[in-house]
This record gives sequence, structure tokens and C-alpha cells, in this order.
Amino acid sequence: MEAKEHQKQPYILIWVILLVLTLAELGYAFMDLPKIVLAIGLIGMAVWKALLVALYYMHLRYEESTLSRFFSAGFILAISLYTLVLTALGVLAVRGG
Amino acid sequence: MNHSATAVMDPRHPMPGMQVYNLKLGMWIFLLSEVMFFTSLIGSYIILRFAHPDHWTEPGVVLNVSLTAVNTFLLICSSVTMVKAFAAIEQGDQKGLKLWLLATILIGASFVGIQVFEYTKLIHEGFVPNFAAYTAEGANLYGATFYLMTGFHGAHVTIGVLCLSFVLFRAMKGAYTSESYGGVEIIGLYWHFVDLVWIILFTIVYLL
Repeated sequence: MEAKEHQKQPYILIWVILLVLTLAELGYAFMDLPKIVLAIGLIGMAVWKALLVALYYMHLRYEESTLSRFFSAGFILAISLYTLVLTALGVLAVRGG
Repeated sequence: MNHSATAVMDPRHPMPGMQVYNLKLGMWIFLLSEVMFFTSLIGSYIILRFAHPDHWTEPGVVLNVSLTAVNTFLLICSSVTMVKAFAAIEQGDQKGLKLWLLATILIGASFVGIQVFEYTKLIHEGFVPNFAAYTAEGANLYGATFYLMTGFHGAHVTIGVLCLSFVLFRAMKGAYTSESYGGVEIIGLYWHFVDLVWIILFTIVYLL
């Protein structure tokens, strides 16, 4: 195994941050704000939490750069492709096409 | 067969240039396919919601956000117990490995139990993905997409609990050491991914 340096990682600190962000999400979700402001804030917090899990608990932050680049590129490509296709489908759906 | 060819086929050795052993590489490739799978579900949900906003209600009207917040809390806790199991075996702590794995299994099973309770309650209240109700006004697409997304995620959690139980069984037999703990690391990656997906689903399905 290549990753003995994981032993001193801030797992509990990340757990606390995840819990605080979840509580912040719950409070923010029921504030009287425009829907777009709510959506941006909530998705921003969710992405932040997901990144913390991927970087620290899945150890992507400490992986060899080849692996990180390989999967980051694949992930960005997959998300971009889906965004393009689903946006096109969404436009068609809204137009009734 | 020469030495390098043997190394490539051996799941414990890295592929040339990847610096990561093959089982782990395989799990990462599987997780990338899972990213595409869940992105499809979430993307379809967003399109349907934009196209038919009348089928959805405001957050908290139909779905029990408080109960699901507890479930979210549980899954986040299970991620930390899983990573603690991994950290324990890295240090050769067999007792710690078994205890943290058991905690992860129990928390994961609790998540599934609460989800079953939530489904039972919602179905009893009439929130069903009923095909016949698709043309009717109300919670039709909402119900269908809700059960589809949370159901697939719940299935992933259930499979994760079963795999974790297998890893715990192997740990009881002393299969893992501080030099050989690939099985713990691989199931850990899967479990954290399931947590990561839930973080996104919770926001999109329950809070928006």
C-alpha cells in the first residue's frame, strides 16, 4: 500500500466541518430568499461537502498526481458531456419539442 | 510469462505508469461509471422539474426534511467511522479495524432502516410513484423521480453494508494487516462515494 501518510489526517475536523455545513444547509434552505439565491447557496455548500469527502476521506488529495489527473479529467469530461446533452434535452422539453 | 507481465496481471501490483494497485484502479474506474449513472439521474430530475414545476411542492411539505437530516447525519458519521477503520489497519490495529467496521455497518443499516420507515410513511400518505397517476395533477413526476433516485442510492447503501459485513468477516479471520489492507481501502472508497452522492441528493431532492 502506498499511503502511510494518511495516518495523521484531520478526519475528525473534516467530520465537524461536514456537520456544520449540513446544519447551515438546513437553516439556509428555509430562509425567505429568492429561489435562485437559495439554489446557488445550497448547491455551493453541497459541492463543498462533496469535495471534502473526495479529497480527505477518499484521499484524492494525497494520491499520486497521475491518478488524480486521470480521474479529474474523466470526471470533468463526464460532467461536461452530461451538462451539454441534458441542457439540450432540457431546452427541447421546455419548448415542447 | 516475464516478470513485468506477471506484475501487470497481479491485482496487488500497479499498472505501469499508474502508481496505484490494480484493484484500486478498478474501483476508481467503477466509481467513474457511477458518477455518470447518478449524473444521468440527477440531470433527468432537473430537466423534469424545470419542464413540469407544477408537479413539485415546496421543501418540507411532502418529504420529512428533519428525518432525512438525521439520516444525512448518520451517513456522514459512517464515513468517519469507515476512514477510522482504514486508519486503524494502516497502523496494524486489528481491534480498531473490527470496531470501526462494525460501527460503520450498524450506522449504514440504520440509514437503510430509516429510509424504509420514510418510504412506508410516504406511501401510507399517498405519495406513490403510481403510473396511472401520471396524467393527474399533483405529485406524479415528483414521486417517480424521488423513489427512483433515493431508491437507487438506498440500494447502493444496502450493497455497501453487505460488502462491509464480508470485509468484517474477513477481518475477524485476520485477513488484513498493516502491509495488506486493500480490501478495506477499496470498500472504503465505495462507501465514501455513496456518502458523497447522498450529500448531493439530499440538497437537490429534499432542500430545493
